[in-house]
Amino acid sequence: MPFTISELATANATDKEYLWTLNFGPQHPATHTTLRLILTLDGERVVHAIPDIGFLHSGFEKLAEDLSYNQYVTIVDRMNYISPLANEVAWHHTVEKLMGIELTPRCKYVRTILAELMRLHDHLLNVGTTGLDLGAFTVFLYAFQQRELIYDICEYASGQRFHSSFTRVGGMLYDVDLDWVDRVRDFIKQFPKTHAEIHRLLTRNRIFIDRTKGIGVLSREDAVNYSVTGPLARASGVVRDLRKDDPYLAYADFDFQIVCAKEGDCYARYLVRMQELMESVHIITQAIENIPSGPINVDPEGKAVLPAKTDVYRSIEGLIQHFEIMMPNRGFIPPIEELYAATESPNGELGFYIVSDGKPNAYRARTRPPSFIHFSVFPHMMKGHTLSDVVAVLGSLNIIAAELDR
Amino acid sequence: MNIEEQLTEKFGANSFEFSQFRDNRRVVVSADRLLAALTYLKNDAGFDQLTDITAVDYLEFPDAVDRYGVVYILLNTQTGARLIVKTLINEPDPQLPSVYSLWRGADWLEREVFDMFGIAFKGHPDLRRILMPEEFTAFPLRKDYPLRGRGERHNFPVITRAES
Repeated sequence: MPFTISELATANATDKEYLWTLNFGPQHPATHTTLRLILTLDGERVVHAIPDIGFLHSGFEKLAEDLSYNQYVTIVDRMNYISPLANEVAWHHTVEKLMGIELTPRCKYVRTILAELMRLHDHLLNVGTTGLDLGAFTVFLYAFQQRELIYDICEYASGQRFHSSFTRVGGMLYDVDLDWVDRVRDFIKQFPKTHAEIHRLLTRNRIFIDRTKGIGVLSREDAVNYSVTGPLARASGVVRDLRKDDPYLAYADFDFQIVCAKEGDCYARYLVRMQELMESVHIITQAIENIPSGPINVDPEGKAVLPAKTDVYRSIEGLIQHFEIMMPNRGFIPPIEELYAATESPNGELGFYIVSDGKPNAYRARTRPPSFIHFSVFPHMMKGHTLSDVVAVLGSLNIIAAELDR
Repeated sequence: MNIEEQLTEKFGANSFEFSQFRDNRRVVVSADRLLAALTYLKNDAGFDQLTDITAVDYLEFPDAVDRYGVVYILLNTQTGARLIVKTLINEPDPQLPSVYSLWRGADWLEREVFDMFGIAFKGHPDLRRILMPEEFTAFPLRKDYPLRGRGERHNFPVITRAES
């Protein structure tokens, strides 16, 4: 929402007339997305940082009240567009919990692999652009080359590179095949080399360390009190990861570590993300070799899952089943209830609070967006830092404006 | 002693309405006891993190009596226990005490509920609209706000080239 600069000026002009105001954004290369900061500066030191958001607000939660549980997945995709499949998994995890659907083991494994690929996707972008903002351009290219390979894997599975809309209530749009498994295997095999290269480029880079160590410190108490989750909280010493604490999908089957640090500064956040990349690779390596056989969708007896397209086109029963689900008020009947469920998205806890009135669309579907909550901590983190630290802190928060404003 | 028993012991048997759905444990609190209950949950029961604040407009909900429900999702970061606290309020002048003094994370969450539902939080240090522009007069996530059609957009001030 627009903030009038005159208000700020009058608030501070009485005692400190030398303060000046700098407008940062909404279109700025270092914000990466559409957000605005109003910085009050004392020389080069930031006195106040006031975030101003809402430029990308497009009423996603209002749309959720009009679209069915399967249709809304296309909107959810566009929230955190850096890791779209993680949002889809989170949305349908909540819907399936509301309806009491237990997924097939194969679907659980495929979703786990996709969610972890999205974690690689998101962390690679964050590490790459943090480097880019702090003058290390090469890292950005190395990271984006790997992201391109993940896009190819998504495209092969779902037909879409970016917004795949791949999950459905009770399963997936398509099953994956052996070629896809080979592609993921190839990707996992070559990834640690790039990971080591990024480490060599950044981790002991003097300039990078100088610009990130001790910058934007968030203590453990503040992280908890400000509702911070995900890699940010873990870098501040909060040992919490929903994959371990509240295992969903197939995470209980795998061996992996929660990555934590104590310092809570930008450098610790970078290190946590770098190590989480390897943990994700570790999870995918275990999962890809053990994908159970069997159907990917749960049995459509419960009227939740569309029958296979071959059945729809070739048999009358399949066609009837298809229409039963597609017609309004004939398909799924969720219980009249309210439910909150969350998953560990790459950015933190991504949860949905669904209120259902027994219709095929949600009565209300609230998103708990990690970016929104993390950005509210930004003024607190900027206290006492200089203008050049703004990009370092902003980069380490990984704010995605489409999720911030929804 | 579980949290339901702790709350009953502290505030009396008729203060709360407990329920459970799947793994969500929920409690409904009346608006005048909300702040006392949340303070107790934060300071004595160990719910140190406020995961989310949201609201629901029950205008078109079947058999609903009250207009708004405000939902606080609490988390104990030590044990991983969650508790969903709900309170029901009505028109006119829907308002609640702010929990900013308990959890700093409530700052923007309360501003968003205010922006989208028009529920005021007494004691919030900076209760302004956060997502919608300041000129906006309606509350978009209320059920009486139309999904489609002309809304307030035509009332927005237009800046001409000469003025800019």
